[in-house]
Amino acid sequence: MRNPNEIVAEALAAIHGCPDLQALEQVKAGYLGKSGQLTELLKSLGAMPADQRKTAGARINEAKQAVEAALKGRRDALQQAELDRQLAAETLDVTLPGRGLARGGLHPVSRTLARIQALFRSIGFEVATGPEIETDFYNFTALNIPEDHPARAMHDTFYLQSGELLRTHTSPVQVHHMQTHQPPLRIIAPGRVYRCDSDVTHTPMFHQIEGLWVDESVSFADLKGVLADFMRNFFERDDLPVRFRPSFFPFTEPSAEMDIGCVMCGGEGCRVCSHTGWLEVLGCGMVHPNVFRHVDIDTERFVGFAFGLGVERLAMLRYGVDDLRLFFENDLRFLKQFN
Amino acid sequence: MQFSEAWLRSLVNPALDTSQLAHALTMAGLEVEALTPAAPPFNNVVVAEILSAEKHPNADRLRVCQVDVGEAAPVTIVCGAPNAAAGLKVPCARPGAALPGIEIKVAKVRGVESFGMLCSTKELGLEGGAEGLMVLDADAPVGEDFRQWLNLDDTLITLKLTPNRADCLSVAGLAREVGAITGAEVRLPQIGEAPTRIKDTLPVKVTDSAACPLYLGRVVRGINAQAATPRWMVERLEHSGIRPLLAPIDITNYVLLELGQPMHAFALSRLQGGVEVRLAHPGETLELLNGQTVELAPDMLVIADANGPVALAGIMGGQPTSVERVTVDVFLEAAFFAPSAIAGRARRLGLSTDSSHRFERGVDFGAARRAMERATQLLLDICGGQAGPISETVAELPQRPPITLRLARLERVAGIAIGADQVARGLTALGAAVENRGDSLVVTPPSFRFDLAIEEDLIEEAVRLFGYDNIPAQPPAAPSRMLPQDEKVLGDDTLRQMLVDLDYQEVITYSFVDPAWETALDASARPLPLANPLAVQLSAMRTTLWGGLIETLRHNLNRQQERVRIFELGRVYLSQLEQPMRLGGLVHGDVLPEQWGAAARRVDFFDLKGDLERLFGQPLEARSAAHPALHPGQSAELRAEGRAFGWIGILHPRLVQAFDLPSAPVLFEIDSAVLARRGLPRHATVSRFPQVRRDLAFVLDAHTPAGELLAALRKGASAQVRSIDVFDDYRGKGVPENQKSLAIRVVMQDTERTLTDQEVEDAVQNLVDSALRECNASLRA
Repeated sequence: MRNPNEIVAEALAAIHGCPDLQALEQVKAGYLGKSGQLTELLKSLGAMPADQRKTAGARINEAKQAVEAALKGRRDALQQAELDRQLAAETLDVTLPGRGLARGGLHPVSRTLARIQALFRSIGFEVATGPEIETDFYNFTALNIPEDHPARAMHDTFYLQSGELLRTHTSPVQVHHMQTHQPPLRIIAPGRVYRCDSDVTHTPMFHQIEGLWVDESVSFADLKGVLADFMRNFFERDDLPVRFRPSFFPFTEPSAEMDIGCVMCGGEGCRVCSHTGWLEVLGCGMVHPNVFRHVDIDTERFVGFAFGLGVERLAMLRYGVDDLRLFFENDLRFLKQFN
Repeated sequence: MQFSEAWLRSLVNPALDTSQLAHALTMAGLEVEALTPAAPPFNNVVVAEILSAEKHPNADRLRVCQVDVGEAAPVTIVCGAPNAAAGLKVPCARPGAALPGIEIKVAKVRGVESFGMLCSTKELGLEGGAEGLMVLDADAPVGEDFRQWLNLDDTLITLKLTPNRADCLSVAGLAREVGAITGAEVRLPQIGEAPTRIKDTLPVKVTDSAACPLYLGRVVRGINAQAATPRWMVERLEHSGIRPLLAPIDITNYVLLELGQPMHAFALSRLQGGVEVRLAHPGETLELLNGQTVELAPDMLVIADANGPVALAGIMGGQPTSVERVTVDVFLEAAFFAPSAIAGRARRLGLSTDSSHRFERGVDFGAARRAMERATQLLLDICGGQAGPISETVAELPQRPPITLRLARLERVAGIAIGADQVARGLTALGAAVENRGDSLVVTPPSFRFDLAIEEDLIEEAVRLFGYDNIPAQPPAAPSRMLPQDEKVLGDDTLRQMLVDLDYQEVITYSFVDPAWETALDASARPLPLANPLAVQLSAMRTTLWGGLIETLRHNLNRQQERVRIFELGRVYLSQLEQPMRLGGLVHGDVLPEQWGAAARRVDFFDLKGDLERLFGQPLEARSAAHPALHPGQSAELRAEGRAFGWIGILHPRLVQAFDLPSAPVLFEIDSAVLARRGLPRHATVSRFPQVRRDLAFVLDAHTPAGELLAALRKGASAQVRSIDVFDDYRGKGVPENQKSLAIRVVMQDTERTLTDQEVEDAVQNLVDSALRECNASLRA
């Protein structure tokens, strides 16, 4: 009988030399197949004397197990290498960009409007809208601006040939709303407004948001509270300085202009705030009794406050836009900066 | 309004520096727009007199001057100004002086030592002035500090006054206001009666006494109109932004600035007969002081003499009767014209004058006589002459009835209690008569306050004087009520966001457009025209969003942006009653941004239709129809709820050419309200049984729309049919000429059990029968 250990040594060398699974199967057949060397050795046991047979059988089995283990090890290794090769061949350049559509974006004015509306809705203001082609009554008379009042001169109104006008502010929505709803009222009215003016700092169309709160007890202190809260939340600056200055609007009394500390220079003084450290951001006041009278609201029972703010101005301050006219040129390279 | 701080401080001098004073004014509602120094900083400049000016021994253009600077001995100064001459008084910068941009030192100029510099206005940084040395008045005090002598340390304060505060359009009015704000003592100018030496008067007739309830006139004879206006008056006028002209005119301007009363001086000899205050007659014209000749409207108030209008009342005087250098006799006017009689007229004539500005807002009728006396006295002092008596024509002047201010109401509006005494003190300082009744004040406003008529007016004054800053900013307490949320309507913000997710960029274009775009897009469009457009391109209200979208496309194509996907949500304007919200969109260029992983393909009709279906959440009912702006074979009317609600299509080739576009964009415009409507979801049992799919190919006339076949199939569909969809449209080999083959996928399922083969066959047969019956479509062999 040939020494099984020699066969094993030979087999292990052959297994290690196998370059692929096919060669491995051939080697396997050569040792463990029907007429493989170890199989032949086993067959020869029968011819052996009984006393040697047991020992020889054990040795052959050990040899067989050793070869099988080596085969398995080599098979696993070859399979792993094969998988590795396949995976390596399938590797993607994950740094390439993804496929498909891009994403659009909101116009910065819309984005700002949405932000303002969300803040006011969070304290219970509903959104109201009104027509942009208005009558003299809603735009002026009902807001206590009689004909020939100097305040009309400040409004640079666009008129239609038919005699109506383009609203110069969103305040007429107050009147429409109060005509059709009973107090208590809490609304904001966003929309386009028009002034016959066009230069570096004026466009003939822009956006305002009007606010109105009418109830049995609403005071100037409440007005200050709501608007200070709004500005600080809009700019996300808890320490934003605000101040209210007396002013004049025919539809409110007392009237005020609201200033905020300049968000560009932090109040140090810069070009944007004309070196005053303050920015005028909105007009507001307590609803004038003549406005209530036009819509049959009892001025003894109800008081209210109103405010109007320029959306583009807030957008410019919030996002650092330095030219108002950019908003209406609709250059995609400008618009996409807000996506 | 611009005024001189020094002038104001001569009447009221609170212990505040300039910026503190400005802050106090701003916070009291008199917004300070600008603080401008009267002159840039410089020092060591004195008033000097040139004693002699000899030619420089070494330079033809220079002179060696002996200059009296107020010291014991004259100093030598070399000067290059051509106007340097003995006897002139000029500003002289002494050695060590710092002028804007230069420091003055003792220096040798071409071998002659020069001890300073004689100055031009430019070298001092002052405005105006001729070339060469600045020539001072002959009586300028030699040796005096130049800045002090001309009051150049003054600050010019520019106020942005609100139209309700006409009472602050004068230095005296501002002084009163500053007194009320700061508590400082106010010393208004003492004005006595000017002496009358003659009896002459000019007849005055006021025909429209409602428009002119008070007219004061006075004749002054024998004046010297060429007399020099005194330095102090010139200074105050200049510091208030008014150019000195001629003494009598300077005087009326001065009184206007000081007391707020616009006055006019007529050349008496040019007036024919007396004057009449009346409305203009039709066709009358007047040549104004500014040289402009205006046609007068019948609602314009004029001062007329026997020959016709000589002044536009309260706005501007006439040229032919104006005071000139040779005028000897004048007729002075100080009147009260009702604001309603003046308002708007100047603007209609394209004018805005200091006078009309004040009369439109309200001039103090209680001070007209003081103003007349003041002007007369100044005229006599400066121009000489003799004054006649004041003639007064008075009718019903505005009333100032008492107003009750309830302190409880004040507290309710302000949100804080303000003491009765404090309010009373403030209102008194503003010139009102106040009676304190404990829980209320009875307030009689002064004649100069046209804005105090109701309780709220007093509340505003009380709060203003209390200080807006002193009112707490409190978060309001209100009952918490939730806002309604309609689940069946998508909000505008949601619609916008959906489009953004579909790779559309929102734009906002002007509501007014070029009417030519409108008619190019639809010849039958009748956009509402503006009466006063800024430009023809912005002169008509849009009736479609497409004009603005196409213009935006052009703007971006010109900036190398080829792939444009934009939308706008905004109104179109059909009439005052009809201004509906529309959603419009435009796509141009490739479907996808250029990328490595997908082949480039131009966007087409179905890309856009697909986007709209995604927005709509279900298949769209589109009907082939012609729109003047769209390709007739590639446009559709969109329908929902039985009515048309919008259009989709490729821009008409004619317009592609007209708008000079490189290729046609796909457009849509829809009624956004229809798009936003959604049903409320309703649960139905999901079947546990297998579904059956059958693919059917129908052959039918090539012109029959797929939509008709689908409708026919739906009509023939049994309850088990879950969906019917087109998955192919084939024409060509194997299909007869003028026919097409549509491949349809039908999915069937029952909620209760598995469908039998027979049931499936019956359902398919029903579909096939309906297709044949409704649109002559047969199964492909």
